[in-house]
Amino acid sequence: MRHRQAIALLALVGLFVALYLWLHALGFGGAIKCGAAGGCETVQTSQWAVFLGRPVALYGVAGYLAILIVALAALRPAALTQSNWNVMLVSLATVGVLFTAYLTYLELFVIHAICRWCVGSAVIIAAIWIVSLLSLRTPAPRTDPAASQPQPDPRV
Amino acid sequence: MNRFYVVVGVLAVVLAAAVFALLKTGGGASAAAAGPPPTVVDDGFRGYTLGSNTAPVEITEYLDYECPVCATFATIQIPTIKEQLINTGRVRWRFRDYPLPIHKYSRFAAHAAQCAGAQGKFFEMQDQLFYHHQWAQTGKDPAALFRGFARASAVDLTAYDSCMEKGQFAARVEFSRQEGEQRLVDGTPTFYANGTKLFTNFRRLPNSDDFKAVVDSIAAVRH
Repeated sequence: MRHRQAIALLALVGLFVALYLWLHALGFGGAIKCGAAGGCETVQTSQWAVFLGRPVALYGVAGYLAILIVALAALRPAALTQSNWNVMLVSLATVGVLFTAYLTYLELFVIHAICRWCVGSAVIIAAIWIVSLLSLRTPAPRTDPAASQPQPDPRV
Repeated sequence: MNRFYVVVGVLAVVLAAAVFALLKTGGGASAAAAGPPPTVVDDGFRGYTLGSNTAPVEITEYLDYECPVCATFATIQIPTIKEQLINTGRVRWRFRDYPLPIHKYSRFAAHAAQCAGAQGKFFEMQDQLFYHHQWAQTGKDPAALFRGFARASAVDLTAYDSCMEKGQFAARVEFSRQEGEQRLVDGTPTFYANGTKLFTNFRRLPNSDDFKAVVDSIAAVRH
């Protein structure tokens, strides 16, 4: 359960990072806040900032939203014992990590500029991926009613 | 479990507020560049020109960057006019701003072009504004997009940002608009050839042949 909670919280943070980049790509808010070194504007205005006709950040918003929804769904009491949710989370996180790796490669070797927000998103999705992998190794909590049966008080 | 959802809710609110604050402080179309200046001063500037200073005909175009007809003219007709009349030394083309009040960001766009012009990139920026004219159809704040155009025009962004923030050329843009008003500009684009208004039959989209005819007729009178 702790793994799924951690994934949900990380996905929530990632969602807002991607949301900010997406809204900026749509023209809201003027210059992107990127620190003194800059780099975000170079990345955001490059030809690689658009994928299949949509701003790359939109895929981030969709991805983090999907992970958040699955993680929250997996936290329902009925889902806590089902391990297939962990598999779904690993699958989503793996897609995210691979896409992020591709984007990071473009930043480093093609665009030659680093966007701090993109680095932040890369760290978040990598963390989600690691936590989701760890969740595969953790046994699901037991819900055997007998196991939670109150034991008779020996003093009685 | 309940405490976890409280944490999720609080975190969502905090993050939403942070994104809102980032977007709000990110600038947007600065009022100084997007609106008319408090005072109008003549800085002696009379528009950027294309073509030879000795060309016998000067065409002055009053344009509005948000106007779709101006964009069509700039992208369809101007390349041919450049090739046939400007590059051959027959015409000098002068660009003057005439931001229409019905267009929310045309003054801002004119100002962006002037800020790029201060760095010798007026025509590059003008091409960006006209060739990527989708911005004029969205109604959204184009400040970030224009920065992208400025970058694509090889404009130094630090100087550009400062110019836009200060509204450095707001008075210049307004002076041009008032000049157009005095010359009875009645829409955009409006053209003058050696000071005489052209196409007074409200024809807004003349083509390169129309201008060739105008230049030929002026040349015939001179000979």
